[in-house]
Amino acid sequence: MAKVPHPAPPRSQPPRTPALHPAPDTHRGAVAGEAMSGAAAVVRALEAVGVEVIFGIPGGAILPVYDPLFDSTKLRHILVRHEQGAGHAASGYAHATGRVGVCMVTSGPGATNLVTALADAHMDSIPMVAITGQVAASMIGKDAFQEADIVGITMPITKHSFLVTDADEIPARIAEAFHIASTGRPGPVLVDIAKSAMQADTRFVWPTELDIPGYHPITKPHIKQVREAARLLATARRPVLYVGGGAIRGNASAELLALTNLSGAPVVTTLMARGALPDSHPQNLGMPGMHGTVAAVGALQKADLVVALGARFDDRVTGRLDSFAPGATIVHADIDPAEISKNRFADVPIVGDLKDVLADLAAELEREHGQHGLPDLQGWWSTLDELRNTYPLGWAPTDDGLLAPQYVISRIGELSPPDTIYVAGVGQHQMWAAQFIRYEHPRTWLNSGGLGTMGYCVPAAMGAKAGEPGKTVWAIDGDGSFQMTNQELATCAIEGFPIKVAVINNSSLGMVRQWQTLFYESRYSHTDLNTGHESRRIPDFVKLAEAYGCVGLRCENVKDVDATIKKAQEIDDRPVVVDFVVSRDAMVWPMVASGVSNDNIQYARGISPAFDRDE
Amino acid sequence: MTRHTLSVLVENKPGVLTRVSALFARRAFNIHSLAVGPTEHPEISRITVVVDVESNPLEQVTKQLNKLVNVLKIVELAPNASVQRELVLVKVRADDASRTAVLQVVELFRAHVVDVTAEAVTVEATGGENKLQALLTALEPYGIREIVQSGTVAIARGGRSMTDRALERITRTA
Repeated sequence: MAKVPHPAPPRSQPPRTPALHPAPDTHRGAVAGEAMSGAAAVVRALEAVGVEVIFGIPGGAILPVYDPLFDSTKLRHILVRHEQGAGHAASGYAHATGRVGVCMVTSGPGATNLVTALADAHMDSIPMVAITGQVAASMIGKDAFQEADIVGITMPITKHSFLVTDADEIPARIAEAFHIASTGRPGPVLVDIAKSAMQADTRFVWPTELDIPGYHPITKPHIKQVREAARLLATARRPVLYVGGGAIRGNASAELLALTNLSGAPVVTTLMARGALPDSHPQNLGMPGMHGTVAAVGALQKADLVVALGARFDDRVTGRLDSFAPGATIVHADIDPAEISKNRFADVPIVGDLKDVLADLAAELEREHGQHGLPDLQGWWSTLDELRNTYPLGWAPTDDGLLAPQYVISRIGELSPPDTIYVAGVGQHQMWAAQFIRYEHPRTWLNSGGLGTMGYCVPAAMGAKAGEPGKTVWAIDGDGSFQMTNQELATCAIEGFPIKVAVINNSSLGMVRQWQTLFYESRYSHTDLNTGHESRRIPDFVKLAEAYGCVGLRCENVKDVDATIKKAQEIDDRPVVVDFVVSRDAMVWPMVASGVSNDNIQYARGISPAFDRDE
Repeated sequence: MTRHTLSVLVENKPGVLTRVSALFARRAFNIHSLAVGPTEHPEISRITVVVDVESNPLEQVTKQLNKLVNVLKIVELAPNASVQRELVLVKVRADDASRTAVLQVVELFRAHVVDVTAEAVTVEATGGENKLQALLTALEPYGIREIVQSGTVAIARGGRSMTDRALERITRTA
């Protein structure tokens, strides 16, 4: 038996806790552990760190690990159909649960197929560990069969990576990988393990301490900066809390709500932060940015103080950077120091864990209020309320008699339980899902924000369902995105993940088509997918669903929308795919064209609120 | 654009130099010179990078460097608060007619001859960039056949050690 304990954290721990608890009476490496193969050590280490689910596909170089994995009672392995699916599934699992998502693939093409998913997780700060098989150490660098330098390839798109050629190192490297992935600003970590190390004999020693001298994320914010931020927030006349995905990653929703209520300031929640503050909260103006609400965009443009909380001033939020929030003093709080002043100079930088930052900020703000009284935001709110009331989110009826995609998505949101997890692909449907579904809870909105990965939806929804089996998971996908990774429907059907997929089928690459309509004189170069109304319907999504062991439904008429959604809700023994045949001419509004100032937001084509003119 | 000298302490592990240089490459920063070598601690290597860049993007890339797990510490060394040296080996044509003159130049710059043949000498010199440039200009008329130059290495003036704090961390976790 092992002489060294395998301290595992409780299964539901939030990502900010370290992966390990050091055992006080042992020294690292001083105790000889249980004899086993390197491959068995991989499995044992994954168990020790508390992994429950692994998404993967075996192949030559990872094969040794799959043998002991076969006997593991703690690890559930989900056999996916494509490695990209494994990556996005791990990502969806991590996003939905807050735990580290794990995927495992073989060397060469297995590993390179993970590249998109790693880049995606890197952009959206998803805690994820990818285990890849590598050719035997003696073969590395010799163009061996299925060899790829995956550590080299993924260097810029991972938080960190390891190449392990010594079996004795396996437990320590895996422990470090989980710690790095889940602490500080989360991100994907790759552990590339040579087949020779898996086949070598080793003794399993679970490290009692982590040997990462160059890694020490700052979590405790500097109180002086927090005080200055509180002073500004207490005295600003037009403050805005600009909340990003960090609020979700940092599990800071409760603290955000407290600060929101205390400050009385308007809040905008970015694409990555939808659900961080309930949409029903009266101070929530919705999403800012390219397809944000007029009120959210207008608030930022007119603000005299922007308090950025776990947000990164992405170009899709700022529009033309030099005219973004021109009159605002900037407070920027983020756990990653490299985000501060990256795009917009921060007058007050705060580095720290958002949960702590928000709690400290609220305490300091309360003190300020106690000394100087509550700020008068009435004028500010009447301006914003006017914007909100004049320019609510909405859509025009379709001209072609086909369904309005926005209506379909709204109804899905309205007919689903409040803790439903929504997962989107990338494109128009993603924007509509961000706009027209009301998010009340964090981790109920999953999408590919930074990288914009079409094909994210189905595998990520599968991962979310694996992590939250008790919740309804609606995958809101587009006909283009859906066709990139829908093979994972097979995995869902076989492994028992009854997700619901709404294919918002406009028979085209809709967002690209929208840009062609607006900026390329309606020349629809290569955006017709032939999947919808009066097309050749290749593929027929209903038949495709059935072929994959799912229920396939089609809805083409407004009066059938509710009944179809309800029917899909009732099926819980297998996945459902609903082909919602929608109009291809529907467009996402409001819109700030790429590279243009947010001041030029269009509420609908040719209609500009021109909110910069009043006051 | 201004010239900046960064001293980067890193873990002595494979791939670290790639990670560091890739960050500069990604942002199209031109690395003027680069020197890597061991330090007094076997687990730590020291990279000296000289880049031509504005201060703002440099701050950004420094933060990015700090995010690399294998990077222990970064210090920017100001020219007036540090000693900065390069090494050059230069092969100069020197036959019976010109050798004396070449050796005079070598003497003037406090350089050394490290190899001699009938038609050439190889000169070794260390110094700051300006001095070495002046040496090369002085040798030029005699016919320079080959130059190899090291990256700048730099160390802060005064008694404080850059490795101390990084070392503390390593011993604490070891």
